[in-house]
Amino acid sequence: MSTRTPHAPVPHAPTPSHTIGPFYGYALPFPGGPEAAPYAHPDTVTVHGRVLDGAGAPVPDALLEFWGPDADGQLPQQGGSLRRDPVTGGFLGRNGVDFTGFARVATDADGHWAIRTLRPGARGPHAPYLSVCVFARGLTHHLFTRVYVPGDSPATGTDPLLAALPPERRATLLATAEPHATYRFDLRLQGPDETVFLEFS
Amino acid sequence: MSESTRTVPRQPAPAGELTQADIDRRMAREREAYEKGLAEGAEPSHHPRRDYAPYRSSALRHPTQPPVAVDTRLDPEAAELSSPAFGDTDVTELDSDLTRQHQGEPLGERITVSGRLLDREGRPVRGQLIELWQANASGRYAHQRDQHPAPLDPNFTGVGRVLTGDDGSYAFTTIKPGAYPWRNHANAWRPAHIHFSLFGSAFTQRLVTQMYFPGDPLFAYDPILQSVTDEAARARLVAAYDHDLSRPERSLGYRWDIVLDGPAATWIEEGR
Ligand SMILES: [Fe+2]
Repeated sequence: MSTRTPHAPVPHAPTPSHTIGPFYGYALPFPGGPEAAPYAHPDTVTVHGRVLDGAGAPVPDALLEFWGPDADGQLPQQGGSLRRDPVTGGFLGRNGVDFTGFARVATDADGHWAIRTLRPGARGPHAPYLSVCVFARGLTHHLFTRVYVPGDSPATGTDPLLAALPPERRATLLATAEPHATYRFDLRLQGPDETVFLEFS
Repeated sequence: MSESTRTVPRQPAPAGELTQADIDRRMAREREAYEKGLAEGAEPSHHPRRDYAPYRSSALRHPTQPPVAVDTRLDPEAAELSSPAFGDTDVTELDSDLTRQHQGEPLGERITVSGRLLDREGRPVRGQLIELWQANASGRYAHQRDQHPAPLDPNFTGVGRVLTGDDGSYAFTTIKPGAYPWRNHANAWRPAHIHFSLFGSAFTQRLVTQMYFPGDPLFAYDPILQSVTDEAARARLVAAYDHDLSRPERSLGYRWDIVLDGPAATWIEEGR
């Protein structure tokens, strides 16, 4: 059975984080970045929302990354999110067949974003969720959170993270179902309804 | 006072705008508070505070609630313990040479930046994606919102990608970016830097940061670099000039190793 190393060697000091700044827009977003679901896949869901600052104003220069499993809870180890074109140096877009589990989307001028991915399956004791990493101008160190996608999983009551949160904080991690397999998830960086952000150790 | 400083009059800040001296005072306060904490036994912090007031855009964009801890040792099924994968289709060979992406050669000082991508135990991060972006030699980004009066270079975009090798190594060829002004306060200038985006073997290790060049006189004035209040941590953002990496009549060589933070699925290997 695999276990954690009991006496880790003296760790190397990590490279500090820095803000993504205002000018990543021509470097990091890529065609097909928000479209992680293979074409016409029956498990496709749309997840969308806005990123808001402490004054409730939209954040038009945030970049969100999503990482999550397929409907069976399997995390892919599959390249091909960016698929470059060696002829033009541009992008071919995803191949429409493989699921990489990774989506990247920049917010628009209204702070809005949308991705299409596969409905995540439950893993272990967890309710189904997508992991989210938030970057923005003005944010010196990225923020992790999770978007829990409601479904028929019984685990929402027993998920170890959700269960440990008071109800009003828990609500910030739950996407709201809308018609057509669409889910709404707003991210509030600061303020009374501030999203729960996570620190992994 | 030198001849050149005497002939350039100091520009007064417009009314209401913060001056460099205002920002310097705020940065000094932050630094003193941090060092006082260290002296009282606090752990060094490797990363910038998210509520670093001298970087004014952080004011409304940092959470005020403490982050909720997730202990991944108790949670081996957490999706964050694995990472998106990238492969040969995701990069082209030219992506790591930013001087060959156009018909002509870009202006500026040709450099190489190379090093290794490691985790906190010093193990190489293999086959992972590194992305970078930067301003041109004049300090201008090929981005529509960068309209400051410096020329664009039709032969330079400033975007690169590479997959790390089996030993975690990476190498880029590019040109040295210029410093550029920004609107944090009056007469604010960013030291020359290259933006880096890095993936590890776990999503928890995700990192976006900036690499600086040794000896830049703008370091002390820059609230973004100074948002890292720990001096040793700041030093880890500065590449080293390495003469052995310079190529005769071609390019100057910089070395920068990157260590990813965050837990990964660090299982004991056979026989360890
Ligand atoms: Fe920059």
